[in-house]
Amino acid sequence: MDITTGFFWVDTLIKVLVAVAIVLGLALPVIYAELKIMAHMQNRVGPYYAGGRFGWAQPIADGLKFVQKEDLVPAEADATVFKIAPYVVVMATVAVFVVIPFGPDLVARDLDLGAFYLLAISSIGTLGVLMAGWSSANKYSLMGGLRAAAQLIAYELPLMLAVLAVVIQAGTMSLTGIVEAQGEPFVVGPISVSLPYLLTGQIISFVIFVVAMVAELSRIPFDMPIAESELTMGYVTEYSSVRFSMFFLGEYASLIALSLVVATLFLGGYYVPLVPDPWLNLVGPLAVFGKAAVIVFFVLWIRSTFPRLREDQLQDLAWRWLIPLALVNILVISFVKVAV
Amino acid sequence: MSSNGTNTNKDIRFPFTGLFKGLALTGKYLFKKPATVMYPDEKEIPVPRARGVIALDTEACTVCMLCARECPDWCIYIEGHKEEQQPEEPGGRVKVRAELDRFDIDYGLCMYCGICVDVCPFDALFWSPEYEYSEHEVVDLLHDKARLTDWLATVPDPPALEPS
Repeated sequence: MDITTGFFWVDTLIKVLVAVAIVLGLALPVIYAELKIMAHMQNRVGPYYAGGRFGWAQPIADGLKFVQKEDLVPAEADATVFKIAPYVVVMATVAVFVVIPFGPDLVARDLDLGAFYLLAISSIGTLGVLMAGWSSANKYSLMGGLRAAAQLIAYELPLMLAVLAVVIQAGTMSLTGIVEAQGEPFVVGPISVSLPYLLTGQIISFVIFVVAMVAELSRIPFDMPIAESELTMGYVTEYSSVRFSMFFLGEYASLIALSLVVATLFLGGYYVPLVPDPWLNLVGPLAVFGKAAVIVFFVLWIRSTFPRLREDQLQDLAWRWLIPLALVNILVISFVKVAV
Repeated sequence: MSSNGTNTNKDIRFPFTGLFKGLALTGKYLFKKPATVMYPDEKEIPVPRARGVIALDTEACTVCMLCARECPDWCIYIEGHKEEQQPEEPGGRVKVRAELDRFDIDYGLCMYCGICVDVCPFDALFWSPEYEYSEHEVVDLLHDKARLTDWLATVPDPPALEPS
């Protein structure tokens, strides 16, 4: 065996393990933020005792509790598919991080078709959800899985069209290219400043993307696939122990991933005005995570405010409002792009 | 639409205002002090007439069993026996008096309806606002005569009568 091939696989394995550990580790503070922010919005205190102060250790304690539980596989379940499904969900999320730039040089792979890759890979997560729903041999799981599939088809379109509008304005599909395009000075008469796309004509794309993102994540108010009061827990009904915690962490990791995407596409990504290029590798990660944190907070805010939609209302919103709006948006942005 | 079924100017609103109103409300509560009372460290003071626990005045009880019979949950257990009371003056008549042997209330069954308190013809039962008597074993929720009498000290004074 060639020695370089051997190193390649070891190298890759270590890289992947480190990446997975970091991505899933990022989910813990978000889980804590959700517990605490939602509690205060609901006039409660939330976690308080775990870890001594402010209940900071609550997500860790929850995780340890999940690990201690018995890993059940239903007798009627399609065991192989059932066991793989949570990891499909997690890996789809981790794969999103490949193209997200954290600085001019801090990007795992700057693909030319970055935006395309992003949309393609984030749909695979729903495949894992469908696998879980189908293999569980449980009516609630099946309904949840099918609802997730219906939701994906409905909301993938506006998501894609919103990204398309950004791609048209930037003239590139590479995420680094999109960030650099936002760093270009935006000229209005005598003034020329660097502005994120949110402020330079992409506000409608931004709204569509955020709504579709919340639906893609199947979070409240779009949580029909897991709707506790109707479907017990939807596709996660039969899961326990580590596999359940994988779904749990995967959900929050993909929340972070998509928030980072929003930060990159609409809020200027790692770009900070007046910071010279080499320094951006240092400031960039902080900037992009800070911007993503705002989006995460907004999603948590939405969760503790709005009630769940009905299944037909969900389809109605996507097909009758978001998609036509996104198409008109693309049309307008194309005209402006050509005219200017 | 207003209540009389016609549109008024007030009813026509800009779309999505409801969404932002909701967000403003939850946003406001985020920065408010939570309503939570951190129970073991701080305690709420119950109102004087709170239905916490039922206290028993054994002196007033005549073992009439009305409370036990009216109790919807059958959670009151009463046993008694008759005792002869010697006349105070010689030549008087010997009276028979009921003596209370057992008066237990099972708080594992009690639903705090207070019918026993209402129905007692001799004011032997009282509501006390005390509520901290949870136990590790269910059987310990059965309060006997002595324990029910102890609660009597926590019964607040009855409210003053209205001036006639």
